[in-house]
Amino acid sequence: MDTHLTDDVVGPLPGDYKSDVKPIWCPGCGDYSVLAGITRAMATMGLERKDTVVVSGIGCSSRIPAYTSVYGYHTVHGRSLAVASGVKLARPELNVLIFGGDGDGFSIGGNHFLHACRRNVDMTYIVMDNQVYGMTKGQASPTTEADWCESKLTPEGPGVNPIQPVALALACGANFVARGFSNNPNEVARLIVEGVRHPGFSVIHILSPCVTFRPEQRNWKSTVHPYGREPTDDPNEAMRAVLEDDGFGLGIFLAGNRRPFQPESAATRSIAQIEEGFAV
Amino acid sequence: MTVDSVTIALVGSGGAGAMTAGQMLLDAAANVGWYGLMSRTTGPQIRGGEAAALVRLSPTPVHGPGDRFDLIVAFDWQNVERFAAELPLSEKSVIITDPSQGEVPAVLAASGAKQVELPIKELAGRIPGGRVNMVGLGAVAAIVGLPRAGIDAVIQKALGKKGDAAIQASNAGIDAGSKEAAGWNLGLELAAPNKEGATRWNISGNEAAGLGALKGGVKFCAAYPITPATEILEWLAPNLAKTGGKLVQAEDELASIAMCLGASFSGVPSITATAGPGLSLMTECIGLGVASETPVVIVDVQRGGPSTGIPTKSEQSDLNIAVYGLHGDAPHLVVGPTSIADCLFTTQWAVHLAEALQTPAIVLSDQAMGQSRAIVDKPADAPHKANRLLATDLGGEAKYKRYADTESGVSPAAIPGMPGGEHTADGLEHAESALPSSQASDHQKQLDKRLRKLTSHDYGDAWAEVEGEGEIAVVTWGSATGPSREAVRRLEAAGTKARLVAIRLISPVQPEKLAAALDGVTKVLVVEQTHGAQFHKFLRGHYDLPGAVSVFSRPGPLPIRAREVHETLLSLI
Repeated sequence: MDTHLTDDVVGPLPGDYKSDVKPIWCPGCGDYSVLAGITRAMATMGLERKDTVVVSGIGCSSRIPAYTSVYGYHTVHGRSLAVASGVKLARPELNVLIFGGDGDGFSIGGNHFLHACRRNVDMTYIVMDNQVYGMTKGQASPTTEADWCESKLTPEGPGVNPIQPVALALACGANFVARGFSNNPNEVARLIVEGVRHPGFSVIHILSPCVTFRPEQRNWKSTVHPYGREPTDDPNEAMRAVLEDDGFGLGIFLAGNRRPFQPESAATRSIAQIEEGFAV
Repeated sequence: MTVDSVTIALVGSGGAGAMTAGQMLLDAAANVGWYGLMSRTTGPQIRGGEAAALVRLSPTPVHGPGDRFDLIVAFDWQNVERFAAELPLSEKSVIITDPSQGEVPAVLAASGAKQVELPIKELAGRIPGGRVNMVGLGAVAAIVGLPRAGIDAVIQKALGKKGDAAIQASNAGIDAGSKEAAGWNLGLELAAPNKEGATRWNISGNEAAGLGALKGGVKFCAAYPITPATEILEWLAPNLAKTGGKLVQAEDELASIAMCLGASFSGVPSITATAGPGLSLMTECIGLGVASETPVVIVDVQRGGPSTGIPTKSEQSDLNIAVYGLHGDAPHLVVGPTSIADCLFTTQWAVHLAEALQTPAIVLSDQAMGQSRAIVDKPADAPHKANRLLATDLGGEAKYKRYADTESGVSPAAIPGMPGGEHTADGLEHAESALPSSQASDHQKQLDKRLRKLTSHDYGDAWAEVEGEGEIAVVTWGSATGPSREAVRRLEAAGTKARLVAIRLISPVQPEKLAAALDGVTKVLVVEQTHGAQFHKFLRGHYDLPGAVSVFSRPGPLPIRAREVHETLLSLI
């Protein structure tokens, strides 16, 4: 790994975690800044590239693994959390992060999100929410407003109330829940570092504008605001606060203390001993 | 006079203990040196409902169900008409019936089978804690000549923890049944057992598949319960843990296959087991395994389909989805065990092949093998282990290429933990570097190599079981192999040479090997358990079958019996 030597700092730089692949994203996409936040977080933690696995599904933000220099698995639509769970359960010593969008995570992958939250495997899910399917050119997602009429697929609006990912994560039992905004990669990096360091399943909901299909999201920079409370370890308290929140409060909502799920096993029998059980 | 094989059905609704009695009969027969097979037929009920234990015993290895039932012992006749078609009888058959349970149903009585009354319920009622199934077991023991010592050992093992009262009640029930049946002389005394030879095992197909996974080196399983595959998962749960592996229950089959791919991506050999509905859900991720070259083994214990179909009964009708179910050109491995014991070999081989060729392998077992239990000679140890080709020259000047276009088509894999091997595995088409590419040349190159690694591999003799000689051949697969083998041997015993080819390696196909196996054959009979003759059409699509080709194809749940294959062969000669 390239190291950066200054007077008193020896460690990796964010650039060490970037590949030389140019993202497919539109100019101005929020995901560029999230990628910057991710690599900054990795550098801050000094993660070993060889011991770090990033997993994604399908969508604009799910392209991130190839833009990093760690091990990655770009899988199929909606299944990233299940694939990542397999990685972490089989190899607990690896650092596992998952990247994806609102459609991948909450629509086709909704069931896995529910169970990843309650299973509480020690990994960190960074979900970039732009309230639209961008890769298929602008359809409503589970976080799109019911009256958003800009999609050819639902010209009268989806007509279905959106879900609130942070509330959903809390309801499903996630152990660490935070929200960030892509315009502030330093804060995104801080939330990711906190999430990775916190034991169990961490959900980092990141508002990441789609300037192509939701150009009005450029205004998010004046909509977001600090959540304004200290993180709690009490899911009930966090949930009450989230229900009062307008969906744009930034910060850490819950840093809970549920024990991560990680079955342990040790070889105590040989296969020959097990086979003896079949002998007549 | 003794018989060389006896086929027995123990029939009773839930609570009668027919399954327990059948299990004890098989175990006792094994103890004294008989071979045997016990399958089960049940309705959809969770507990209770109609059920029958179907047991065949013989001094020689049992390949499949008997031609018909020699003996039925009925504790009651509740709902028996629902599976009467699975109980073929003849006028030589014997039905033991309890007069308190009413008349023998017409559908069975019409066979002309001899009816013998035994007041099973009354006899059991006279014994404190007595149970009808033990009375029935005692009667069967007397009829087939099962030595009492064999039963005693089973009772001690099964009831030892329950104390003397339970053992005494069981013994008294067995004694009562045996005493009644002792003088009947029904002509169903089985030829003397033979304890010579190899150690014998008492194993089900699902257990054998689980053991094959362990022996192949599997260390991870993600599980979602489904009939009739659940026993594989339940067997693996404790036994993986004891051998340093892990089993995790997933939220659905989409997750179980995805978790397996994740574990395998990180270098840990992985397996899951399912049935048709679950396999349908898994197909997208199996395609990801093909494209990202991530090994994984899926055991599909087939049941009647389509849709929910007949969950508790067997069929071979997942052949098409297993071979053709993935979108795109997606070559992968499909193998089919040829017997209960072979579920071990074939699953172990599948683990080895999947890892060696870095691709998914589907093992097509079925309910008839998975949920049946057999007394078999201990299977020989096979050498097949998971052994993935790993990259060795990482960290040098040249950047690692995950999907390098090698001569064999197999690219050395880097797994997390290996410095210099960092890459993003991808279901998007990619260049050798693993970076996404939609270029025609990359697509062609990667399609070529993913096919080449399968077609150029040397599968050795395990691709099929090839037996016998002569100009007529049965070509079959899976659980249709047993009755086909028995039919071929009957033909041979009567002086007509015949061949059996049971194809274990379904995909990739082996045209040269089958052509050699069928060299000189003028008549082929294809035997399979589907409605649509899927195997026959598959063979037609990929192989040149010599001479006149006939097909014996029938859907489940009726098992294929040796007599039926034998009669079909006779009609062809």
